[in-house]
Amino acid sequence: MHPVRRQRLFLVLFIVLVSTVAISLVAYALRGNINLFYPPVEVAQGKAPVGQKIRVGGMVVEGSVQRSADSLEVRFEVTDYEATVPVVYTGILPDLFDEGQGAVAAGKLDEQGVLQASEVLAKHDENYMPPEVAEALEASKQRRMEAGQ
Amino acid sequence: MYFESLSAALTMDGHGAFVWSAYAITAVVLVGMLVAPWRRQRRTLRQLTGLLKREAGQPPPRDRSREV
Amino acid sequence: MWTLFHKFGSPPWLYRLSGSILRWLLPLTLLALVAGAVWGLLFTPPDFRQGNSYRIIYIHVPAAVVALAGYYVMAIAGAISLIWRMKMADVAMRATAPVGAALTFVALVTGSIWGKPTWGTWWVWDARITSMLILLFLYLGVIALYEAYENKALAAKACAVLSLVGTVNIPIIYKSVDWWYSLHQPASIKFTGGTTIDPSMLYPLLWMIVAFYALFTCCLLLNMRAEILERESRTAWVRRLAAGE
Repeated sequence: MHPVRRQRLFLVLFIVLVSTVAISLVAYALRGNINLFYPPVEVAQGKAPVGQKIRVGGMVVEGSVQRSADSLEVRFEVTDYEATVPVVYTGILPDLFDEGQGAVAAGKLDEQGVLQASEVLAKHDENYMPPEVAEALEASKQRRMEAGQ
Repeated sequence: MYFESLSAALTMDGHGAFVWSAYAITAVVLVGMLVAPWRRQRRTLRQLTGLLKREAGQPPPRDRSREV
Repeated sequence: MWTLFHKFGSPPWLYRLSGSILRWLLPLTLLALVAGAVWGLLFTPPDFRQGNSYRIIYIHVPAAVVALAGYYVMAIAGAISLIWRMKMADVAMRATAPVGAALTFVALVTGSIWGKPTWGTWWVWDARITSMLILLFLYLGVIALYEAYENKALAAKACAVLSLVGTVNIPIIYKSVDWWYSLHQPASIKFTGGTTIDPSMLYPLLWMIVAFYALFTCCLLLNMRAEILERESRTAWVRRLAAGE
């Protein structure tokens, strides 16, 4: 390759390499802050600040959703299967919010370790399928569970 | 079609506004992406044709793009 | 191979080649986009969890995918410009920026509209969305940086450097959903097998991704042609073109 062009090629590679390393270091240093939410295990370990606005995310524990009879208050728990955080929220929940599904709650952790949520978002996974396929999957799962008993 | 009727396809069980506005905005942007460079090219060629005509001693052609 | 590579440095050759490609690619692309949109909107089943709102996937994902790939086109054009000082590489780099910006914008807006009925919010500062916004700023930055310089040769160099510096953002965007806790879910199309999207939905999605790649190519060629005509307007071959009109 032409020597001057080879020199410029090295310059180009140098620019890419240095910028990649620099930005990667910054991203690594900020990795805690880039996380949108605390997983329940970190809240249980006391790594989440009390009284400050944080987000906690995980799966909504089956059977944990309790709705108040006379207000929009809802209580539920989120888990990452290592720890569980109770959440209390007053307001309308997103359509996709459900037990056994992902959720991210934003709010302040109180002294008892309950998240007083000001916002609850539903998190969905990367599975896309028609309702018939989902029903068939659910039915075969039921059959396997019953066969296993 | 997965919808029973055209009106069902428009409402999409309450999600129609979201889906159709997303597609509409995308269509507008995509058309813009294609039309902008084409118009730029036409303008350059038109200006050049005018210049050539003037150099040849003739009046420049009428700007037909503004005619209805 | 090098002769072919250096042919790309010839404006009239590029202009003629792009013209003959566009003659069939442009109508095909428009057809494919309309067919794919109709397919996704009306002829695919709803999602078991998201219902009909998921149909935005057929424009959101293709726009995002091509916006990412297009950035590499811009960065590589910038590298070629820096190494070979090829003016047509500058033209290619400049031509990619507005197309990439438009596609990133579409990805962000359609994503936002999709987020409201599903997640429950129009916007959230998670890693995926924030890094896509940075991508938009990079594209807009390249456009703005070029205008900021009087000396256009220097402007092209600055834009090339900016494009190269921003390349790390692409793998960051791609891996953001795996590296950090984010609201945006992981990829459904997995290259190592185990794709988690039903075939009836996957095929129209792949169709639209290809259609958007074709659209990117068309817009890139159209932008390059317009730029070439402007730059070369004093040459004999362009004058012959204008006279033939």
